Amino acid sequence: MTAPRNVAALASVVLLCAAAGCTSFYEIPIETPVQPKMDTSPFSRVFVAGFISGGTDDVDANLETVRLLRSQLRSKSTMRVIEAEVLPLADLARDHVKASPAANGSGPSVPTQLDPPPAQDPAAPVPGLPVEAEGAIRTEKDLERYQAIFADEAFWKKIGEEHQSPLIVTGTVLFTNTQSSGFVNSNREVIDPLGRRVVQPYRVYMERKGFIIEPRFIFIDGRTGAVLYSDRFHEEILYPAQQNTPALSSYFELMDRLLPSFLGSLSTQRIRGTRVLLR
Amino acid sequence: MSPRVTTILFALLLVPCAAAAEDRGSAKSQVEFGIQVAQSGLWREALYRWERAVDLDPSYAPAWNNLAVAYEQAGQFDDARKAYETAIKLDPKNMLIRQNYDLFKEINDRTQKRRGAR
Repeated sequence: MTAPRNVAALASVVLLCAAAGCTSFYEIPIETPVQPKMDTSPFSRVFVAGFISGGTDDVDANLETVRLLRSQLRSKSTMRVIEAEVLPLADLARDHVKASPAANGSGPSVPTQLDPPPAQDPAAPVPGLPVEAEGAIRTEKDLERYQAIFADEAFWKKIGEEHQSPLIVTGTVLFTNTQSSGFVNSNREVIDPLGRRVVQPYRVYMERKGFIIEPRFIFIDGRTGAVLYSDRFHEEILYPAQQNTPALSSYFELMDRLLPSFLGSLSTQRIRGTRVLLR
Repeated sequence: MSPRVTTILFALLLVPCAAAAEDRGSAKSQVEFGIQVAQSGLWREALYRWERAVDLDPSYAPAWNNLAVAYEQAGQFDDARKAYETAIKLDPKNMLIRQNYDLFKEINDRTQKRRGAR
């Protein structure tokens, strides 16, 4: 009985030895440091200012994202997190678009002496801005109208001055509902002809619903108002149609997935793994 | 050719071989010490030892592999890649070196992508 076992053990040793070229080896844990995507050394403070949010009304993505990022930065960053009021950035961006029609897409948004003052009545509809877009932001396209605010260095410099020139974190967050139907892989337990329980994969047609989160994080130098770095993410989650999952818990589940990447923008992340040392 | 001349020539031929064997022996002891200190978490000392090992014997693949691991631990990705590539060149059939290199590449590619996204 022991003979086949010995043969197997010997064979595995031979295989391992062949794989290693008959060298002694030692497995060792390592932690590889991955450098942050941007240099945050000039900043001792960070201000998560606010986000232009859109999508479903079930979650206030601006407020929740600010709360979540501030709490993560408090525990996982060396910078001091500024606890100030969250900026209603969507409203500010809307005013920004109204105040500078030229900036409805591109161009400088801060009035200078060379620029003529805006001639139109602020209450009048903005050319190129549909009336229905005054209210909700539902899609990526709706968000695009307000992107110009992030390039407004004077605006961000002013906010920076109010908070002692911190690193400013802002951007956009689109949190939307999604639905999908199609075949998905699943497993089921069956009893085989010998009476044993076995897990069998099968494909089943399913109606599913869920959420998509598409944040864009923008890091701005509070001293100059210039954009230092920006990063886009896309995460989605689907549940069976009959399952009722609150939007807020899906929001946190999706944000949990991309938080390491967000934190990796600001601080060194260490990736744990194992390597083999040879003798 | 007299037997004496033959002996001298033979001895001269053996000198480089003996020197190489001595280098390999010294490199091996550096590698072994490096492994011991790395296992105690003293990666800087390990890195120094493996650098010495490859200086002593540049054809010693395990020393290059270990050096690559130490560079990786230090976040010196360019040096790590060069060291892994040297190790693979010296011992192309060694699956353990290849396995280390594949794991390294996975992290390195991710880092490169991040840099590219800036």
